[in-house]
Amino acid sequence: MNPFAFARADSLAAALAAVQRSPRAQFIAGGTNILDLMKDDVERPPILIDINALPLRTIEQRAGYIHIGALTRMSDVAAHPLIRAGFPMIAVALEESASPQLRNMASIGGNVLQRTRCPYFRDTATPCNKRHPGSGCGAIGGVNRMQAVLGTSEHCIATHASDVAVAFAALDAVLHIAHAGGMREVPINAFYREPGATPQVENVLAPGELIVGIAIPALPYGAHSTYVKARDRAQYEFALASAAVALDVRGGAIRAARIALGGVGTIPWRAREAEELLAGAPPTRASYERAAEVSLRGARGQGQNDFKIPLAKRVVVRALETVSA
Amino acid sequence: MSIPTIGAPRSRVDGPDKVTGAAKYTCDRALPGMLHAVVVPSTIAYGRVVSIDDSQARNAQGVVLVMTHRNAPAVDQNKVGEQDAKLFLLQSDEVEFDRQPVAVVVAHTFEQAVHGADLVRVHYEMRTPQMALDSGTLFIPKQIFGAPAAHARGSAEPALASAHGKVANVYRTPTEHHNPMETHGTVAAWDGDELTIYDSTQWAFGVRTRLAGVFKIDPANIRVIAPFVGGAFGSKGTAWSHVPLAAMAARATGKPVKLLVTRPQMFGWVGHRPQTEQHVSAGASADGALVAMIHDVTNETSLSDEFVEPSAVFSRDLYAVPNYTMHQELRRLSISKPTYQRAPGESTGGFAVESAMDELAYELGIDPLELRLINYAERNPNNGKEYTSKKLRECYSQAAERFGWSKRTAPPRSMQRNGMLVGWGMATASRATHRGESHARITMHPDGNVVLAVGTIEQGTGSPTVYPQLAAEVLGIGHDRVRLEWGDTNLPEAPLAAGSQTAASVGSATVLAAQALRDRLASLGGKIPDDGITIEIDAKVDEAAENRYAQQAFGAHFAEVEVDPDLLHVRVSRFVGAYDVGRVLNAKTAGSQLVGAVVWGISMALYEKTRFDMRTGRIMNATLADYLVPTNADLPKPDLITVEDDDERVNPAGVRGMGEVAMCGSAAAVANAVYHATGVRVRELPITVEALL
Repeated sequence: MNPFAFARADSLAAALAAVQRSPRAQFIAGGTNILDLMKDDVERPPILIDINALPLRTIEQRAGYIHIGALTRMSDVAAHPLIRAGFPMIAVALEESASPQLRNMASIGGNVLQRTRCPYFRDTATPCNKRHPGSGCGAIGGVNRMQAVLGTSEHCIATHASDVAVAFAALDAVLHIAHAGGMREVPINAFYREPGATPQVENVLAPGELIVGIAIPALPYGAHSTYVKARDRAQYEFALASAAVALDVRGGAIRAARIALGGVGTIPWRAREAEELLAGAPPTRASYERAAEVSLRGARGQGQNDFKIPLAKRVVVRALETVSA
Repeated sequence: MSIPTIGAPRSRVDGPDKVTGAAKYTCDRALPGMLHAVVVPSTIAYGRVVSIDDSQARNAQGVVLVMTHRNAPAVDQNKVGEQDAKLFLLQSDEVEFDRQPVAVVVAHTFEQAVHGADLVRVHYEMRTPQMALDSGTLFIPKQIFGAPAAHARGSAEPALASAHGKVANVYRTPTEHHNPMETHGTVAAWDGDELTIYDSTQWAFGVRTRLAGVFKIDPANIRVIAPFVGGAFGSKGTAWSHVPLAAMAARATGKPVKLLVTRPQMFGWVGHRPQTEQHVSAGASADGALVAMIHDVTNETSLSDEFVEPSAVFSRDLYAVPNYTMHQELRRLSISKPTYQRAPGESTGGFAVESAMDELAYELGIDPLELRLINYAERNPNNGKEYTSKKLRECYSQAAERFGWSKRTAPPRSMQRNGMLVGWGMATASRATHRGESHARITMHPDGNVVLAVGTIEQGTGSPTVYPQLAAEVLGIGHDRVRLEWGDTNLPEAPLAAGSQTAASVGSATVLAAQALRDRLASLGGKIPDDGITIEIDAKVDEAAENRYAQQAFGAHFAEVEVDPDLLHVRVSRFVGAYDVGRVLNAKTAGSQLVGAVVWGISMALYEKTRFDMRTGRIMNATLADYLVPTNADLPKPDLITVEDDDERVNPAGVRGMGEVAMCGSAAAVANAVYHATGVRVRELPITVEALL
């Protein structure tokens, strides 16, 4: 761990100004991710800007969407009546994440920015193109049981670790981002970048920008949604494979579907082809199995993680059966 | 007067101190002027250090010393005893395993030392490590814990060939790291040639002997104090490299030094359970009587040490099988020295043998419990000796009754509940009883209060609670009138607190001391002299008496699992066990030991595995986020009982050891339940989803 300075920002303007003054500065909210990475010497920010005093902790209904302040704690988002009633997949994804202690600390804005759990990224004694561009990918040919099978490249197979970002991807959430010149909005499905040849670039957030809120667009059938997570133990463990799904079933047919996968992609993995396949199909296991097949199209295992491909298909089927039951 | 105290579920006398933080562990010790040391571990598994750039570290704020192989004082890192590990005390540039100490940074604060350690740049010449078990250099041990490493009775091969039903399979268990809640740590302080050590250890006297060897000083000049130990499970049975390194740093700086091992470093030089590959063949006649068993075991060891995981002891001593052979061998890999981990041998052997028995039961079409009863050994099957006591039959019947085993339907996948596959599996527990020589001093003060002094340690098993209970029982006084002094080489010597032998060893010394005190008091007409009464005894182990009977603890495990038929997640939903451990000294602390062992068995079955990068030898899951153990949500509340058994022949304390027996076979009970639920036989631990897909 490197020595670092610590400063508190009491306004959004002050927070943005602070990172402009010190470009290698990092924001800290709950600190559940950045502090781990600093202890492992993976991140070495000279200064942390504490943004916890910023007024970004509300959840409210706005015209056409629910707005979640970026500093809202995971546990508070999961417990909120608007979320529980309108988008159970968000509540379930959060409650299936981490531990109660972590959920009480971690902010929702920080959650969507959490870094991969790939052990090579977190061990400075090993090569990792994401941490040290050009050093190689240790996970390819190494310990890769937890790594991604979708969206990988020859340079990186690191899995995106977030559960709730998978639900956000399914729901076409929009990130509200502040910068020194004002605000901009970025759909979450345009926010993350697959690793390609530049795994160190994980998203389109520019230096000096701060996520201040997440908008969940209205979705009438969002109430018919869930999140299914397969993992090695019942609590406090990352996904082997997960699926956030919502189904609009009326008159004995599927009108529309939302499907996104977690634990298997280098980014939260939206399965649009599968959604299109389900639209108009009967709500049967056979339909779900076809959708699951399509969801994993293009998946490529690395040996230890080959099992994730059949497992993820089963997870998709289970999630669809659960919401249509 | 007799006050019933033995067996009573007395709460820990140190419980309030432990839960409020008043109890001091090694990491809580602070001596005047004390410095902090942090080890720099190697980042390669095999090769040599070419150069070390410590300029940044030496210039960092607060750093006092960077000790490497270039400036470390010469010490003797060779083994003293046969079970000792080779130490890595910065005496050469050789690297033999991942996370071997290559430097020590000493600073005024822990944080400064951590930062300084990050700044040390080590350049290596890496050689290709030996990582695959079958690629390692073969080593045939001569003996395992005093018994032959290759052994036979009868003639197994021909008997197996002509058996009515037989199974022959390979079972594998992975490398597992102990990870007690309290990591290892040492505080060292020199006063001239006298050394004082605070250490988180299972054996203060063993630490003293090892340090005397390293520094070539008289053991009398070394005092080792073992404060509360926050769990150990075998990993703290020996003095690993950081203990003398702390003393070397203290000598070099002229100040007391505290050296704490960090969690990732717990996967380095402080021991682990070795991976095993076990070939088990078993054959039986049509009525289920075993005619032959063969158990061949290979385990990994390090380049410089030979540690045998004696898995075959489990099969050797359990069932009435006339034709039997066992064979143990080692393979040298580029890893640190393996060591004892809770129930060394019988836990890994129990998985293999009790899985094989389940497979044989299906092969023969005989109920798994019935097969065990058919092959019940009334005497030790290997040496024909009578047992001091054996109530395994009662264990089977009581646990089966509580579990409802008679309602089991045999075919795999035949039981379901709420859409889940349900599996019921069982296994036998068996573990040898050990005892070591222990001294004890007991003093009755004029006010009638008693102090019992033994240099044993408290690692969570309840020493300060249980031994006073035992003395109070003998003396016929309330247990709150007896206090234990412990954890110091200035006290009467006690043996290594491992192998489930402490209650047998220290407990026997306690009983003998208390009996002598009782007799002295009686001879004085019950009148305590003004200076009190003090008795010192040496409870030697009489080898001839020890060898008269076979001494073993036993038990029966019954596990239920629920398996999601699509997602194939396995959850242990019920666990019932009954154990035959001789006399129970304290039902509460004993119950906690049983729960701990069963939980660990479940952990072994479903979660634990150290994952190596096979190309480099680097351990890639050296955190408790990535090295999985069960959470409360993964566990049932186990229903565990002991059967009544006042064993008067085993030792004065009447105990046969209970810290480990419930770990032996428990993983097999879970694996057998998984087979019953799914029809998939998994012979390699842990059982994770990919094995069931």
